[in-house]
Amino acid sequence: MDTNSNSYIYIFSSVMVIIVAAALSLAATGLKERQDKNVEIEKKQNLLSCVLIESTVEDAEAKFDQHIVEKYTIDHQGKVVDAVDPFTIDMKAELAKSIEERHMPVFIAKLDDGSTKTIIPVRGTGLWGPIWGYVSLNDDNKTIYGAVFDHKSETPGLGAEISSYDQFQKQFEGKTIELGSYDPAKEAKQQAPVLAVTKGMGEGNPNAVDGISGGTITSKGVQYMLTDCLGFFSPYFNQTH
Amino acid sequence: MALTSKDLKLVTNPLNMENPITVQVLGICSALAITVQMKSAVVMALSVTVVLIFSNLITSLLRNTIPNRIRIIVQLTIVAALVIIVDQILKAYVYDVSKQLSVFVGLIITNCILMGRLEAFAMGNKPLPSVLDAIGNGAGYGVILIIVAFLRELLGSGKIWGYQVVPDAFYEMGYVNNGLMILPPMALITVGTIIWVQRSRYKQLIEQNG
Repeated sequence: MDTNSNSYIYIFSSVMVIIVAAALSLAATGLKERQDKNVEIEKKQNLLSCVLIESTVEDAEAKFDQHIVEKYTIDHQGKVVDAVDPFTIDMKAELAKSIEERHMPVFIAKLDDGSTKTIIPVRGTGLWGPIWGYVSLNDDNKTIYGAVFDHKSETPGLGAEISSYDQFQKQFEGKTIELGSYDPAKEAKQQAPVLAVTKGMGEGNPNAVDGISGGTITSKGVQYMLTDCLGFFSPYFNQTH
Repeated sequence: MALTSKDLKLVTNPLNMENPITVQVLGICSALAITVQMKSAVVMALSVTVVLIFSNLITSLLRNTIPNRIRIIVQLTIVAALVIIVDQILKAYVYDVSKQLSVFVGLIITNCILMGRLEAFAMGNKPLPSVLDAIGNGAGYGVILIIVAFLRELLGSGKIWGYQVVPDAFYEMGYVNNGLMILPPMALITVGTIIWVQRSRYKQLIEQNG
């Protein structure tokens, strides 16, 4: 058969496209449930590690149900909104909205020693792409109990260190956030940081942590992210206090 | 089924004399992008090898039916479909690995070694030699990637496979990691050095017309 005739080429490419399309959609739909489950488990693990509870893929769900006792959706005045499930909120979409329309989730964790922690999700921009994480506060709503951060594509060995517990996240524990001068009308870059992330500032300063050397833009990204996302909750903190 | 020495050469040649990176200078782009740490280099080398084996096999099986005039499009479709399926499977069953690979899986499609092997080898050879050729080229690619990543991680961050190997005492005495090693240009210079060493050992690799 002449494999270079026009009709053969049309038939060959049509059959090929149909087979490939079928295989790809089969793979995408067939595996979607498992993939979504993985994302959900990872989120639960992150929430747990933010209040310093270690979990594995297997026991994450059980531990999550045990320790995360409440979850709310909060609007910009600090009021609880019932309509939206806090666990499924898309932070990226919410942060793109104006402050008045924004809804942010908050999770309440109860630890084995009986204390409760408030977990605030945060999201911002690093050097190359998005960065995100969770910050947990003691019940004074000021002292940080734990923090986890992750990133999409920060430079390995430099900005990417924000996802390392020993190198970066550990130093947030026990630091205090300063929400007094937060002004929702201003951008994060133009106002006093809720918690400064600057190289060489962290030692002995309750309101600052050390940035990463060589990862200045990512460190600043973390600072702006904290100012933006924690600042949003200052009305909520004032009410619950 | 016994492998003849000719078959064996398909595997061993790309490791040195026909190395895809240092001799054919293919796949340089990914050699720059992911050799900052050894872990990602090894994972990338493995994924490229797996995708290369399957795409070589499929192309070789179809080689007599693929219309010559659209063969590049067909090869590209095979590679792209395989990469997406591999990515979906990784996301569903080994989520950790898939997170580590992130954008690199997509980068496999753009790896010139794949298209190079499909066009140069699988289109004209039977399935078994094609698979051996894929293994050889995947390994040859991997070897260079791992050497470059080893040097860059050691000199750039003082670590190997994520573990610190340069003792803290050295840092206290004033040793500083070479931050330049982490940046892409140093990968190119490292590859260049490997090519230099290889060519001074094997003079037949040096082009005569120059």
